[in-house]
Amino acid sequence: MNLLRTFDTGMRGLLGHRLRSILTTLGILFGVAAVICTVGIGTASADSVNSRIAALGTNLLTVSPGSTTSFGVRGGSGSANTLTMEDVAGLADKQDAPDVAAVAPVVSGTATLVSTSTNWSTTVNGSSPGWLVTNARSLAAGVFFTQQQVNQHAQVVVLGTTTAQDLGVTVGSQVTISGAPFDVVGILTATGSTGFTNNDDLAVVPITTAQDQITGGSPDSVQRILLSATSSATIGSAYLEADQLLLQTHHITNTATADFNITSASTLASTAASVTTTLTILLASVAAISLLVGGIGVMNIMLVSVTERTQEIGLRKALGATPRDLLRQFLIEAATLSFIGGVLGVGAGLLAGFLVPRLAGIAVTITATPVIISVCVAAGVGLIFGVYPAARAARLAPIAALRAE
Amino acid sequence: MVAAGFAPEGDVTAEIIRLADVSKIYGSGDATVHAVDHVSLSVKEGDFLAVMGPSGSGKSTLMHILGCLDIPTSGEYLFAGEDVSRMDERELASIRNRRIGFVFQQFHLLSSMSAWRNVELPLLYRAAKDRRQMAMNALAQVGLTDRITHRPNELSGGQQQRVAIARALVTDPTMILADEPTGNLDSKASREVLDILTGLNKSGHTIVLITHDPNVAGVAERVVEMADGRLRDRVAA
Repeated sequence: MNLLRTFDTGMRGLLGHRLRSILTTLGILFGVAAVICTVGIGTASADSVNSRIAALGTNLLTVSPGSTTSFGVRGGSGSANTLTMEDVAGLADKQDAPDVAAVAPVVSGTATLVSTSTNWSTTVNGSSPGWLVTNARSLAAGVFFTQQQVNQHAQVVVLGTTTAQDLGVTVGSQVTISGAPFDVVGILTATGSTGFTNNDDLAVVPITTAQDQITGGSPDSVQRILLSATSSATIGSAYLEADQLLLQTHHITNTATADFNITSASTLASTAASVTTTLTILLASVAAISLLVGGIGVMNIMLVSVTERTQEIGLRKALGATPRDLLRQFLIEAATLSFIGGVLGVGAGLLAGFLVPRLAGIAVTITATPVIISVCVAAGVGLIFGVYPAARAARLAPIAALRAE
Repeated sequence: MVAAGFAPEGDVTAEIIRLADVSKIYGSGDATVHAVDHVSLSVKEGDFLAVMGPSGSGKSTLMHILGCLDIPTSGEYLFAGEDVSRMDERELASIRNRRIGFVFQQFHLLSSMSAWRNVELPLLYRAAKDRRQMAMNALAQVGLTDRITHRPNELSGGQQQRVAIARALVTDPTMILADEPTGNLDSKASREVLDILTGLNKSGHTIVLITHDPNVAGVAERVVEMADGRLRDRVAA
């Protein structure tokens, strides 16, 4: 029997058993689509977690004050007022801390910003030009204020995009903060939110101006010091340098009584990385299970149909079909169903990848690997369980097959 | 042992079936069954032979051997001069396809296919052009020209068996082997089917009919009886 005629016979076999063909195709379709979709959601979640962590600036070290003890009552971490501009100057020293690339002191408070059209309450940070580098931020418009403007207590402000939009201001506009007029000199590039913090809703002013007019307090003390290491590889040594330096300047010999804490974003990054790994394993398991369930469905339908068709196999043998003819016929039938199911499954997966973000607001990132693996597994299951029982039946004596009930 | 209906020596050209001392043994030891026990038989071209016997007589096993669906344990089987008893599965499939038309008690039509597609089936396993035309001609021979696109479940039992006869005819086989062709039919449909077989024999087809029913066997020119795996001639009444 030539290949074309075998193909024709196979096709007629499929059309002759429409329900079975449709069920098999559906089994493969949903298996493939489910894998593409779940892995797509997992990949998107992992990407999103990673990009948010990258947005934090993984080279960032934050020095915050330690706890205070007054009359036997220990205040919470950060309640002390132990960090000074002197510490900032020390950390900025390239000789004492060669792995620290940038330093920025920070004081912050909440204030109401008033523009000509509206008002908006937000976080106002007082800092130095190092703020931009340590936070790994950039400007969408205008410029950041200079060290000279910090020294001059200049009335200038850089706004986050959300804040600028809500106030309806651009570079060159004026806003009033706590009653004093400020020139908007720059707008930050949007970065999105990190957990509960919207990094695009804030205002940054020179630290001197902030201390004068917004947060108050001694012009010498700062609430936090932000450090950025020269690279993510030197973050450990930058940490040690900063720790040593501050212990010295604060005259502390016992590290347990240190009046400051240094935390790094890379600690967070490694935690998040392990969370992401767990998440990916979870989703891959879900995908594997859906593929398994789909595969078992396909297997059942194929097994049942071949058993049903044992008589047909016996008849075809009696009429002169060789085992090879029958094997080829069932191979073509199974391959066609697997191929159609696989293609429709990829189509359905891609469609879901397009619809889910729009309808459910869940990001889906389609990658090639799950598509290839799921199609191979589903089609392989369809092929093996379509062909193997048929091959067994084709080896039966024609009479035994004909008499099968 | 009875050498039933052996053809005269020298008349081999017209001899289609020549069984010489053929046995089929199942099982071993105490459970050994001689389903066919040293049977010899000759069928010539144009013969209409009925093999009669009760169930368990070994006539089904004999039919499987005659139909090249099974090979004998011992003895020689020449089918149209070819030694079938030593053929492998592929060669047997080819003999079945080219030389033998089967008619079964259960019809064995494929329910998902129309009448003419069922008739076309054996042509798929050989080089054949105009398969549709050949199927139409075969259906015309059994008087079913108006049923070509009907599915088996849309046909009566008699019509289904006639489709099966058309399927046996379509390859222009050397022999038509009918195994209890009327076993599942009422008397009217049985009569139709037997008339068709008689007509085919009249037009030159060699037919071997297997049955337990003496009335059915009566339509054949020659009847042999099978009992306990052995064969003997019966003079037609």
